[in-house]
Amino acid sequence: MADRDTTKAPTAGALALADVEPVPGVPKPDPILVVDKVKRSFGGLTAVNVDHLELQRGAITSLIGPNGAGKTTFFNLMTGFDRPDTGTWHFDGHDLANVSAYKVARYGMVRTFQLTKALTRLSVMENMKLGATGQRGERILASLIPGIWKAQEAEIEERAEELLVRFKMDHMRDELGGELSGGQRKLLEMARALMVEPSMVMLDEPMAGVNPALTQSLLEHVKDLPSFDMTVLFVEHDMDVVMDISDWVVVMAQGRIIAEGPPAAVAANEEVIDAYIGKGHGDESRFTPTPLAGAPVSAAVEEVAPPSADEGAEDLADGGADLDGPAEGAGPADEQPGGRA
Amino acid sequence: MDVLITILADGVNSAIGPTAVVFALAAIGLNVHYGYTGLLNFGQVGFMLVGAYGLAITVSIWEQPLWVGVIAGILASTLLALLLGLPTLRLRADYLAISTIAAAEILRFVFRSSPATPFTGGPFGIPSQVGGSGYTQTWNALNPFPQGRYGIGWLTFSHTRLWATIVGWSIVLLVVLVVWLLMRSPWGRVLKSIREDEDAARALGKNVFAYKMQALILGGVLGGMAGMMLAISQAAIAPDQFLPQLTFFAYTVLIMGGAATIWGPVVGSLLFWFLIASVERALIISDVMPSGTIGPTRLAFVGILLVLLMAFRPQGLLGNKREMVLDG
Repeated sequence: MADRDTTKAPTAGALALADVEPVPGVPKPDPILVVDKVKRSFGGLTAVNVDHLELQRGAITSLIGPNGAGKTTFFNLMTGFDRPDTGTWHFDGHDLANVSAYKVARYGMVRTFQLTKALTRLSVMENMKLGATGQRGERILASLIPGIWKAQEAEIEERAEELLVRFKMDHMRDELGGELSGGQRKLLEMARALMVEPSMVMLDEPMAGVNPALTQSLLEHVKDLPSFDMTVLFVEHDMDVVMDISDWVVVMAQGRIIAEGPPAAVAANEEVIDAYIGKGHGDESRFTPTPLAGAPVSAAVEEVAPPSADEGAEDLADGGADLDGPAEGAGPADEQPGGRA
Repeated sequence: MDVLITILADGVNSAIGPTAVVFALAAIGLNVHYGYTGLLNFGQVGFMLVGAYGLAITVSIWEQPLWVGVIAGILASTLLALLLGLPTLRLRADYLAISTIAAAEILRFVFRSSPATPFTGGPFGIPSQVGGSGYTQTWNALNPFPQGRYGIGWLTFSHTRLWATIVGWSIVLLVVLVVWLLMRSPWGRVLKSIREDEDAARALGKNVFAYKMQALILGGVLGGMAGMMLAISQAAIAPDQFLPQLTFFAYTVLIMGGAATIWGPVVGSLLFWFLIASVERALIISDVMPSGTIGPTRLAFVGILLVLLMAFRPQGLLGNKREMVLDG
């Protein structure tokens, strides 16, 4: 793990955040998104309750947390797909409270979805061209006269072509969105989001269900985004990915921000470990399954590994939001990314 | 052989007649709604009704010129689209479907009710000659063809039917041209993206509500034009012509021809009315059933054809198989 840390040159985002104290709600030197007291409840359940959060411009921030922590709801709130009960948030100087989703996108905050939304019966190229904003031909009367929009359309097509080449999808420009594989759809959705020329990209589980080879390529694209003046916030469950590419990690649990900081600091944070595998993780008795009455005593139950002090960190590093049992979380120690001093 | 020609002649006559024009227009409207935007409008007949009555009331009751009546019909269908769209287009697709089917029936009952009689003629509707010149008189005065029958061999038209047919199909061609221009443009691309996934369109900065409203109005106005065509070609309208099944005939026409294709609704309408008329003639000639059951039987026959089409060619006659096999 040591050599990974030394070979990786710190990114501009990481450098800018180097002196920021890793505590929830800490101010950032140059925030692009500032969130204040945003709360959203569904009946009795408080899905999101964020007191204060700032996201650094030009940095890659990842949002992690166990299932049901409110990450996707938080995404929906920020991008106008859902309305909070209370709270304000500002993006790049725009007050976004009560702003519709399409306007949020026009201000430069563009999201992708956990369940990929490739437009199935449009070609890859049409998918891409849709992303461009300010198209003259998208007005109903102007659209009747091709002379008004043909030149702009050609420019858009050129830009789309460049992006497709960058994402290595140019050979499938005429295929329909629905004909792509799951991973290719993820790539297309990300490339399409970039057509909007956003200043901030919000990626909801961009690697979910993508094979490892494509994950690497997706990862490289995400890492590239800050060099195109884009800020990235993404939700991810794969801790290797999170540790690898984030400049900053924000941890949510039960709707709240419970921790934030550089990846290494967050991985070692006691509260984060608690959130992932439950409080009192030293006490393993609650993980020991009680055999059903009359069931034969299985060997597995007896072979539960003895609890170890830092297995929470191992679980976390392994991407283990799973609560299957302590024995599964422990992988070979040398595969763990940095974070355990 | 003569029998076959008679059957074909009836079919062709019906397929190029004004009724086919009416359903081609109504189905093009539905194509804009359902085929391109994914809006489920189950009340296209309501747009036809307000279009027809907009024209008839303006011309026959208020004694305005025909062109004012046409504008009134277009405005009436625009208004209906706004009324239906404003509350429902922000909601899930099914709400529009429910509201449209209900609104069409409500309109029919309101227009045939006794309090509305001074304007709508109640259940008896508006015969074209009522008040002033009436709408058929202006229409017929515009007819450049002298009285008589026109055509070749077994295909002949009266001068009024010929006039309505020529104007009707010219309007259809014009509308097809406009829809083609719209759908190949970036505007049309946004509509199709809304059909595929409106949240994706929204996330890319498209004002989905405004686009859906524009599509609803455009398709609704085309429905209204279908209604006006119906009023003019029949020279009378009555509320009970505007039954819910007309909407489903228009859907049948659209799906037979191929939804989300430019010529689908036109080809579908030609085929639908060809089949209806030729099957009817065949049943009459073969004398296998009493005349009262022929009407329902020919519809059942079209229904069977539609089922077969869905089973073996679900994309319709002109649709794209490649698009059809994709789910969602």
